[in-house]
Amino acid sequence: MYTYRLQESGKVVTKKSDTTFAVDMAEPLAPATHGAVIGVALNNKDLVASIEDQFEEKPYVTPPKTPVLHIKTDNTHIGHGQTIRIPTNKGAVYAGPSLGIVIGKKATRVSEEHALDFVKGYTVVNEVSLAETSFYRPAVKAKCRDTFCPIGPWVVDKALVTNPNSLSINTYVNDELVHSTSTDCLVHSVEKIISYISSFMTLEVGDLIIAGTPLRDESLEIKGDDIVMIDIEAVGRLANPVEQE
Amino acid sequence: MKHARVKANDQILDVTVNDNNEVITQSGDVLAAGSFSWLPPCKGKMFVLAINYADHAAELSFKAPDEPLVFLKNSNSLIGHEQHTYRPDNVDYMHYECELVVVIGKEAKNVSKEDAMDYVGGYTVGNDYAIRDYLENYYRPNLRVKSRDTCTPIGPYIIDADQIKDPHNLVLRTYINGELKQEGNTKDLVFDIPYLISYLSDIMTLTPGDMIFTGTPEGLADVKPGDVVTTEVEGVGVLTNTIISESDYLASLN
Repeated sequence: MYTYRLQESGKVVTKKSDTTFAVDMAEPLAPATHGAVIGVALNNKDLVASIEDQFEEKPYVTPPKTPVLHIKTDNTHIGHGQTIRIPTNKGAVYAGPSLGIVIGKKATRVSEEHALDFVKGYTVVNEVSLAETSFYRPAVKAKCRDTFCPIGPWVVDKALVTNPNSLSINTYVNDELVHSTSTDCLVHSVEKIISYISSFMTLEVGDLIIAGTPLRDESLEIKGDDIVMIDIEAVGRLANPVEQE
Repeated sequence: MKHARVKANDQILDVTVNDNNEVITQSGDVLAAGSFSWLPPCKGKMFVLAINYADHAAELSFKAPDEPLVFLKNSNSLIGHEQHTYRPDNVDYMHYECELVVVIGKEAKNVSKEDAMDYVGGYTVGNDYAIRDYLENYYRPNLRVKSRDTCTPIGPYIIDADQIKDPHNLVLRTYINGELKQEGNTKDLVFDIPYLISYLSDIMTLTPGDMIFTGTPEGLADVKPGDVVTTEVEGVGVLTNTIISESDYLASLN
């Protein structure tokens, strides 16, 4: 089953479809889920390998002991087909391809073993960001700009995804494949992330976890008039036009 | 006017609070004390200012920042007035932070400092608890320190902006079991309310119900299960909260 959300007569409604081709995509969709959106930073092995020699130095001093979390505020959430807006004079803007984990049952202090029982399904997230120059202070300016978190097109039921820790993720800009990664590059698995977050934050139905984004090199840069598309195996393909503000 | 949300008979009610601190339903009934519990009075994004009082910066051995140091909390951490906050077992330092909270009243994007106060809907009191044992130098202060279940009491109510003549001259006080522990004044904010609204609305669109926790002055202290913590902002409200142990918290979940 595929669950999606769209605007109908000024209201966002939730719809279900047994097939992806029956999803009505004539108009832009709403974000595929509605709730808090928590991202896990530094959760890609290649990204960590590229900067881990900095972890012993100031300001970090020691490597992270726990998964590094951030929040994508509600103003960032947009749906499939909606426009990502690039701010003026803030430097380059990068796509952030990631698996999205959608909570289906209220989760407080769940074990890794039972973590997937609390998942409704999966979606595609583009965790858009300005350059990630530092991980020392919360990245509000880089990550919480309006339209910086496309989510969709739908939530696929978890039953249709055999192993969330082994899904290929391909990013296309203007139909050209620019970047490939996989959820097998996650430092902390899907189960571990859910268990860790729920150890101190209750996750509610509809909340979304962004599993992890790769190193933002120039291949992921997006500019005005681009169309950025992220395809995750067995989950879906999220496309958004990009506009310079 | 003072606006609050309460739970009574398993129903969530939007209520007002009168000058005698009585809770009045929309149909005009007075709710008897003890017949309801307080919920957080607002829903929205939660911005919190770190080191936004010069004296507190010195206390933490930081120099005051050149631009606002903003972090975010998630709504899982919010609780209302007269509720319980749990202290994890085996931690050394959990402290309160009494803060004036600005509640946004209308949508704000690219607002100038001159116009910023027009976007304030009201004010409330926030207590931004932190577990310092969990501090790490990645997106510091990290969510495990600051965005924990039960760790952000807020309320009791929102008081309309026009009821507060000068939000930049309000005394903040925290008491543990009636003993004064923290005292400061919003006149010492490093970045004042217009600056913060202008700064945030330059980054993103603010919407009604969004909360800006403006920071805390010096005077932090450890709190233990059984402590009653009262945070007060002059003219805005008095917010009370009780610390419980982790085991009592876990028992309350079942």
